[in-house]
Amino acid sequence: MSTQSLSVSVGRIVEEEGPLGVDELCRLCAVERQFILELVQEGVLETRTSAGREFVGPSLRRAQLAVRLRRDLGVNVAGAALAIELLERIEVLERRQDVSGMED
Amino acid sequence: MEFKDYYAIMGVARDATAEQIKQAYRRLARRYHPDVSKEPDAEARFKEVGEAYEVLRDPARRTAYDQLGSGPRPGEPFRPPPDWGAGFEFGGGAGQAGDDGRGFVFEGDPSEFFETLFGRASTMGRSAPRGRGADHHARVIIDLEASLEGGTRTLTLRVPEVGQDGRPRLRERTLNVKIPRGIQAGQHIRLAGQGEKLPGETRAGDLLLEVGFAPHRLYRPDGRDLHFDLPVTPWEAALGASVTVPTPDGSVAMQIPPGSRAGTRLRLRGKGLPARPPGDLYATLQIALPPADTATARAAYEAFAAAVPFNPRSSLGAGS
Repeated sequence: MSTQSLSVSVGRIVEEEGPLGVDELCRLCAVERQFILELVQEGVLETRTSAGREFVGPSLRRAQLAVRLRRDLGVNVAGAALAIELLERIEVLERRQDVSGMED
Repeated sequence: MEFKDYYAIMGVARDATAEQIKQAYRRLARRYHPDVSKEPDAEARFKEVGEAYEVLRDPARRTAYDQLGSGPRPGEPFRPPPDWGAGFEFGGGAGQAGDDGRGFVFEGDPSEFFETLFGRASTMGRSAPRGRGADHHARVIIDLEASLEGGTRTLTLRVPEVGQDGRPRLRERTLNVKIPRGIQAGQHIRLAGQGEKLPGETRAGDLLLEVGFAPHRLYRPDGRDLHFDLPVTPWEAALGASVTVPTPDGSVAMQIPPGSRAGTRLRLRGKGLPARPPGDLYATLQIALPPADTATARAAYEAFAAAVPFNPRSSLGAGS
């Protein structure tokens, strides 16, 4: 490993740059628009209802996860939606288990 | 170079049908998918399975691979025969969707074995210049303090690139990144212009880092909120008390309400991650019992038992 000093990259939090438009979300996920619109229909992505198709919250993470699940496992949009819901439920349960595990 | 037994990796016989290979791939891909699996080597296994499938699902590649036999004896290095693969035209190439409509997952990390055999055919599914480089994505694990306090962290990423010989390879890239304060797990840091830049393109893509947290000795993050376990004595829980608790910006006094029970959650508003708006800090009460390991402690427990009749098992209906 060289010890050259590196410049510091300053980044911004994508989720706080404001709501993502559908085109931006498609680009970030490298996926076609239809797939994103189907995820909306499945209720996977959180949109700001007042302002049309603007995505907030965990939308980017969920959309990317859905893209990976489709690409790698061949699941369709409904299957990806179910998988994402179950994975997030497992995450919640595991956090709870961490809490109760401390009682032992 | 290590010989890869793709049939063993897929758990199928050498004379398995295309349908059997596809079924094995689907089963293993579900089991080892990095987004789904909790197994520590899931990602490596998933890539290995993907690589095996990429060879075995393609009739030309499979036939060529079969000509190698079952590999050298253990301990002997593998070297492909000089005329190996002559006369085969390897169709497709990584990155293209198969006949079952799913793309192959070659995120630029084929084994040396695969590269040696098929490297020249594994174009990385690159499209024509678009005027702007592609965005690159990576997942990074940072310590919780980076979000709590902000600060610069050195991150090492593995970046796929195409070498002079046209073969994909991995390059380590080290970045110093200023972590935005208050970032939450699952959020993304955008480093503008740090993605792909191809010759002839005017603008580089962005680099997007999906953030995850390493386990913290005290706090468990949940979105912008933080959780921790707060041990209290039985009398603090029963009678109420003021106890000192750690928060990310120093110790504060916290009121335990009388009649609290194990599992009670108490909130310290605004003491979670410094996001906008900031998250909350939750303390989950744990009742800690003092050990009855001295005569005094035993006498105190006995006096308490005599003074306060209590059957915690009454709802079980099995008597006392």
